[in-house]
Amino acid sequence: MSWLINSSIGRKVVQSLSGLFLILFLLFHMCMNVVLIFNYETYDFLANEILGANWWAIVGTLIIALGVVIHILYGIILTLQNQKARGKDKYASSSKTPQAWSSKNMFVLGLVILIFVLLHLYQMWYEMQFKELFHISGARTDGAQLVAEKFSQLWVVVAYIIGFIGLWFHLTHGFWSALHTVGWNNTVWMKRIKVLGNIVSTIICLGFIVVAIAVHLGYSNLLG
Amino acid sequence: MDKDINITVKVWRQKGPKEKGHFETYELKNISQGSSFLEMLDILNEQLINEGKVPVVFDHDCREGICGMCSLYINGHPHGPDEDITTCQLHMRKFNDGDTITVEPWRSAGFPVIRDLMVDRTAFDKIIQAGGYVSVNTGGVPDANSIPIPRHDAEAAMDAAACIGCGACVAACKNGSAMLFVAAKVSQFALLPQGKVEAARRAKRMVAKMDELGFGNCTNTGACEVECPKNISITNIARLNREFLKAKFKD
Repeated sequence: MSWLINSSIGRKVVQSLSGLFLILFLLFHMCMNVVLIFNYETYDFLANEILGANWWAIVGTLIIALGVVIHILYGIILTLQNQKARGKDKYASSSKTPQAWSSKNMFVLGLVILIFVLLHLYQMWYEMQFKELFHISGARTDGAQLVAEKFSQLWVVVAYIIGFIGLWFHLTHGFWSALHTVGWNNTVWMKRIKVLGNIVSTIICLGFIVVAIAVHLGYSNLLG
Repeated sequence: MDKDINITVKVWRQKGPKEKGHFETYELKNISQGSSFLEMLDILNEQLINEGKVPVVFDHDCREGICGMCSLYINGHPHGPDEDITTCQLHMRKFNDGDTITVEPWRSAGFPVIRDLMVDRTAFDKIIQAGGYVSVNTGGVPDANSIPIPRHDAEAAMDAAACIGCGACVAACKNGSAMLFVAAKVSQFALLPQGKVEAARRAKRMVAKMDELGFGNCTNTGACEVECPKNISITNIARLNREFLKAKFKD
């Protein structure tokens, strides 16, 4: 299996599969957030009973963390190798080749998302699962209330939306590119996959943004 | 109508592979818009020779867009601003009176500059030598109907085979990746029965050689496809990925 490290296509497959796995996680996370709009109690039940500090939630968290670490690590390796392959001399006339903006800026977009994720983990995950797991005092079991508190601050909502917009650009290229890399593409499917990628990234990011704004404006816990 | 134009050309001059290069600016008067870009460079070189200076070195051969010898990164585009042509097919009518034209060599770690605008593209030959051929003895000419090939496959193989190996894909790629070239060369065989026999070996060896020679990792920006003078589609890259993965999983 050394080709997953030594071969360019192998490295890209790792990047592609870890990315696709994280897209699945994002879809799940977004669905769970949408519950906030309807009922806080259900959200807390899901967060504490279904997830919480149960062994399966911890295993799940570790797998997701592994996915994130692999995706970032390979992203850095690929970017460094690509800069080296480009050579020392840069073009004086800058490239006029039309390309999708996001496709050229995946690394920068990834950095935006990483900064956002660190903020998010500190604000939410650290307060909930982490504190409970390591028996640090002040672990929050009222997850919905915590979210409502955080999102009542405007700067938090703005920061999150910036993160989600970065994510949207990252995913619009990432989705079809990942499928292309594992070989699932041809002249017929190219357009379909790109459209599908736009739909998936819009659903994910719009879901997150709508929840953040709804909670901020008080349009949440509607059935509570 | 074609006019005579006055232009300024900014050309990359570099004495050798290890020397430090720089741009030099030349004025050219009364260049017919009907002349080709390479003819313009010929006129420039004649002017330089008459002035007792060293002419600009650039690659060219057939001058009809089929040999893959000409290169040049012109005003931000490999093979210049026109679509689906090589540099030798580029005409001066694409430029206006008073324009400054920047002419650079392909820039990529895989294609080191030999001199001025000429780069070393033997890396592509090495990739082909690694597996870009059919080594089975096909014997005499069989009956045309004995090996039926679907029309779509034949067309796709022919489209991939249109690659002339000029290296514009590498020059356009922000990652200096040679994936479009390798994908075209793998595809032209992988689609046909004669090529299928060695498909797994070919994909693995050509990709390994490409990586070894210092080309970058493809990130699917699609710049190669846009600048390719022969319109090679990046769906060939998906096929190469497929062929490579199939080969690896078979091991």
